[in-house]
Amino acid sequence: MQAIEARSMVKRYQDVTAVDGLTLQIRQGEVFSLLGVNGAGKTTTVKMLSCLTRPTAGDAFVGGYSVTTQTEQVKRLIAVSPQETAVAPNLTVKENLALICGIHGYPGKERDARIDALTARLGLSSVLHRKAGKLSGGWQRRVSIAMALISEPRILFLDEPTLGLDVLARQELWDTIRGLKGKITIVLTTHYMEEAEALSDRVGIMKNGRLLAVGTAEELIGQTGAKDLAAAFVSIVREDAP
Amino acid sequence: MRMMTFAGRCAREILRDPLSLGFGLGFPLALLLLLSSLQANIPVSLFEIGTLTPGITVFGLSFLTLFAATLIAKDRESALLQRLYTTPLTGCDFILGYMLPLLPIALGQAAVCYLAAICLGLPVSGHIVAAIAGLIPMAVFHIALGLLCGSMLSVKQVGGLCGALLTNLSAWLSGVWFDLELVGGFFERAACALPFVHAAELEKALLAGDTALAADHVLPIVLYSAAVTVAAVLCFLRQMKNR
Repeated sequence: MQAIEARSMVKRYQDVTAVDGLTLQIRQGEVFSLLGVNGAGKTTTVKMLSCLTRPTAGDAFVGGYSVTTQTEQVKRLIAVSPQETAVAPNLTVKENLALICGIHGYPGKERDARIDALTARLGLSSVLHRKAGKLSGGWQRRVSIAMALISEPRILFLDEPTLGLDVLARQELWDTIRGLKGKITIVLTTHYMEEAEALSDRVGIMKNGRLLAVGTAEELIGQTGAKDLAAAFVSIVREDAP
Repeated sequence: MRMMTFAGRCAREILRDPLSLGFGLGFPLALLLLLSSLQANIPVSLFEIGTLTPGITVFGLSFLTLFAATLIAKDRESALLQRLYTTPLTGCDFILGYMLPLLPIALGQAAVCYLAAICLGLPVSGHIVAAIAGLIPMAVFHIALGLLCGSMLSVKQVGGLCGALLTNLSAWLSGVWFDLELVGGFFERAACALPFVHAAELEKALLAGDTALAADHVLPIVLYSAAVTVAAVLCFLRQMKNR
């Protein structure tokens, strides 16, 4: 069953086409990575799929619901960790997590249980009662990702989730994502090829708003005859030279 | 529940900001103390506690615009609002969540000012409660103005417009510091066309127990509050849609 199905999605900003006719299917429980150079259209794609911005043309179905006409239903299924850290700075880490639980309507006991479980899983106990705005950039990013996970979404969008994380924190987040594999659908955008290779079931390569190639890392490497995903990426992007 | 959760977050963000507390509560109190001391040392009746306190409480409301606008502009500039736009929160939840927590803050601010005024010699009476309640329409005006400015301006612009310009406008055009009739002409006409002087006069009348005079000043404030609220809601929803 498809968790996400994009049909000829287009996003234009005045005379700039950020996403140009994107058609894509992502299976339920799959970890799908969107790769591309800056301005390729990855973040715009995530924004359209998460109802943050409306496609200029085309549509997408997330959990079977349209992102143009059924946004309320889509928003109940998804969570997003934006590219920039998205925390309430004057609230403690625990209050930030409770905020998201409250917005999703979880009552007190369930909220506390979720916070306890996620705190243990992501190692947040040492900062749980500190104001989020006073934490280092790396910690803020972990909190930001925890806020996306706390609602246990069916579909999770992670926009460059490991940007600014140190090696250990990155490894821990990778372990978390691996632990979620098969349980929820994850769409992540990244600049790190090794991250995409290590985590993804399939990879999509974008350039100038168009999806150039989709497949497993092995398939893309095989198609291009490259030695690894990074080389395959460069080969695919260069082949599309205007 | 969703809206109340978001409103609780907004209240915490404002109340935990030391600058907000300093300006919102400390500044009106400092003015009250300073001008009362001045009155004690001059022979003419310029800043009597019974007329000064209502004016100070109205002036204090102008800081609500700064609080609301700064919070919303900061949220817009950070990715937090982007995250929250992908949750089940609706436009109505956002608007009420931003506006509602500021009402008790406004009433609390006025209550503290009146408490200080009682310590400075204001007679205790039931009219004080009426005067505090009478601030609600003007508080709505200032909160809605904050929502409007926060939806359109950057944090830096909000600081200039709401922090400097609006507080000065509110102070000069409310007739709190001097009798507007003394200036007269265009200045007086402009002041009377705006809600600040009506809010100050409404407060003075309510504190004096003159409900007939108070009623004369309610309509302009309510009309301004309604107009700014509608504009703020439309502007916020527009920026939410265009994001």
